[in-house]
Amino acid sequence: MTDRPPSAALLVVQPWRVVATLAGRELTRFFRQRNRVIGALGQPLLFWLLFSAGLGPSFRMPGAADSSLSFGQYFFPGTVVLIVLFTSIFATISIIEDRREGFLQSVLVAPIPRWAMVLGKLLGGTCIAVIQAVLFLALGWFAGLRCDGLELLAIVGLLFVLSLALTGLGFVIAWRLDSTQGFHAIMSVFLMPMWLLSGAFFPASEGVLYWVTRFNPLSYGVAGLRQLLYSTEVGAAHALPSLAVCWSVTVLFAVVTFVASWRVSAQRISGDLL
Amino acid sequence: MFRKSSTKANTSSIPPVINAPRIPCDLNLSSDRHMTSVDTAIAVSGLTHRYGTRTALAGLELSICRGEIFAILGPNGGGKTTFFRLLSTLIPLQAGSISILGVDAGRESRRAQALIGVVFQAPSLDKKLTVSENLRHQGPLYGLSGARLQSAHDRLLDRLGLTDRAADLVETLSGGLRRRVELAKGLLHQPPVLILDEPSTGLDPGARSDLWKYLHEIREQDGVTVVLTTHLLEEAEKADRIAILDEGQLVALDTPDALRATVGGETITIETDHPDTIVSQIQARHGLTASVIDGAVRLEVPSAHTWIARIVESLPVGHIRALTLRKPTLEDVFIAKTGHRFWTDTEGRRHD
Repeated sequence: MTDRPPSAALLVVQPWRVVATLAGRELTRFFRQRNRVIGALGQPLLFWLLFSAGLGPSFRMPGAADSSLSFGQYFFPGTVVLIVLFTSIFATISIIEDRREGFLQSVLVAPIPRWAMVLGKLLGGTCIAVIQAVLFLALGWFAGLRCDGLELLAIVGLLFVLSLALTGLGFVIAWRLDSTQGFHAIMSVFLMPMWLLSGAFFPASEGVLYWVTRFNPLSYGVAGLRQLLYSTEVGAAHALPSLAVCWSVTVLFAVVTFVASWRVSAQRISGDLL
Repeated sequence: MFRKSSTKANTSSIPPVINAPRIPCDLNLSSDRHMTSVDTAIAVSGLTHRYGTRTALAGLELSICRGEIFAILGPNGGGKTTFFRLLSTLIPLQAGSISILGVDAGRESRRAQALIGVVFQAPSLDKKLTVSENLRHQGPLYGLSGARLQSAHDRLLDRLGLTDRAADLVETLSGGLRRRVELAKGLLHQPPVLILDEPSTGLDPGARSDLWKYLHEIREQDGVTVVLTTHLLEEAEKADRIAILDEGQLVALDTPDALRATVGGETITIETDHPDTIVSQIQARHGLTASVIDGAVRLEVPSAHTWIARIVESLPVGHIRALTLRKPTLEDVFIAKTGHRFWTDTEGRRHD
C-alpha cells in the first residue's frame, strides 16, 4: 500500500470550498425555479400593499404623536422581515427534498465535516433571502425611503445575520421531518405567529403581548431594521430596544440556531435511509 | 486530515490509480481477524447490526480482494442493503469492523470515505442541475477543484459517453443515462474502491449491459475494486466472486463456478402431488437423498441424467406431473445452503 497510495487519499478537502459549492447549488436551484422567486417576493408585497391601503386610515401608534409613522411606513420593515422569513425557511425546507430525492445521501457519505454541510445549506438560503429582501427594499426608494451607503451596509448586514438565524431555525425543524406537509403545519402554528408577535405587523406595548414580543428573538431583528430604516428617534418613540441590543440578540439568535443545526444534523435518523 | 505534503507532487493531473496485475489475495476467511493482506481491499470482521430487535447482520466476516468485482447476493431482507450502508458510512457501525485499504472505517471514517466512491440505488443526483453541474458540485466534497476538477469532469463525461449531454438538466435524462451520471459522480475523485447498491435496478437490458461494460472497464484499466449488492442471480454471475447473504449471515462465498460446483451434479426436479412418498421411494430403492422444496422433489446427484429412467420406472404410475433436469444454477446453490428458495418471503421479513 505504501508504494502506490490510492490517488483519492491525496486529495485534501477544503471545508470552505464545500460550503461555497453547497451554497452555490442552492442559489442555482432557486433561480431556476421561477415560482419560488415569485412566491417569496409576491406574497409579502401583496400583504404590504393591501394592509397599508386597508388598515392605514385607521392605524394610529399608541401613545405616539401624530407626526409618527404611517401604517405603510410602520409595516415596511415588517414586510422585509416577512420576506426574509419566507425565503429563509423555504430555502432550508429543501433539505427535506434533498433527503427525499437522494441528493443528501451523497453529501452524507462524503469526507467532509458536518458543520461545512450545514453552513453551506444555511448560507445558500441566507443569500437567497438577502437578495430578495434587497429587491424589496429597492421599492422603498419609490416610497421615499433614502439612506446612504453606510446605512445600506448596516441594513444588509442585519438582514444577513437575521436570515442566517432563520435558515438555521428552518434547518433544525426540517432535519427531522420527512415531508413538506409537516413543515407547513409548523409554519402556520409557529413561524407565522412568531412573525406576527415580533412587532412587525402591529406594535405591542402592553400586557402579555408586550412580554411575548420581548422574548421573541425575531422582534429584535424587526426593531433593529426599523431603526436603521428610519431613525433612532423612531425607535425611542416606539419604545424599541436600542440598536446595540438589537444587533446582539440577532447575532446570538444566529449563533444559537447554527449550533443547533449542526448538533441536530450529527444525529442520524431513519429518514437518511431512502 | 490527509497527508498534505504528498499532494504537492500532483497538482496538475490526477495520477493513474493502481494499475497492478490482479494478485489473488487470501480468499479464505481467516480466523485471524487482524490479518490484512496488501491485496485486500476490504476486510470485514464480526459485523453485526440491529434495527431495534431485528438483526440485519449477524457476525459477518469476509474479505474482498483488490481489483475484483465482488457481488453481495441475497434476497430482500438478507442484509445486503445494511452491509452497503455500513460500508458507505451512511449508518454508524454498531459492532465489528470494516477496514478499507487498511483504513478503519469506524475510527477514521473521513479517510475511509475518501477512498470509496458510492453509487446509491436511490438516485443521488440533483435533478434541477445539469449533468455538468452535478459533477462540479460533487468535486469539492472530495477535495477536487479548479483544473483537477475540470480534467476529472471532462475525462469521466468522455468515458461514459455523456459529453454531449453535459448541459442537459438531469430531469430530462433517461434512467440509463442517469445511472451513468451517478457512476461518473461516484468515480469523480478516482476512488480505488467503488461500491454500488443494486446498480441495475430500473435499467433496461441495454443499459444494464452498458453498466457492466463500464464496471469491467474501470476494473481492467484502473484496477478499481468494485463491490455491488444485487438480488438478481443472473447479475451476480457476472462478478468475480459472490458472497451470498441470507438472514444476516454469510451462507457462501466463492467464484460463481466454484459455487455451482459445490452443489454437485445436475438437479432433477419432480413436480408431484405426493412429494413425501416419492422422497421415501427414492431413498428406499436407490439410496439417494431427495428433498422437498416448495412442494417439488429435488434431487442433486452426479450424472443425474443416467438416473432419470431408473427413478421414473421405480415410482408408482401417475405420481409424476413433470420431471426436469438442470445444470446447477446459483439458485440451486442458494437452496442447498439455506434450505429455502431465493424468492420465498418468510414471515417477519421486511425490506431492509
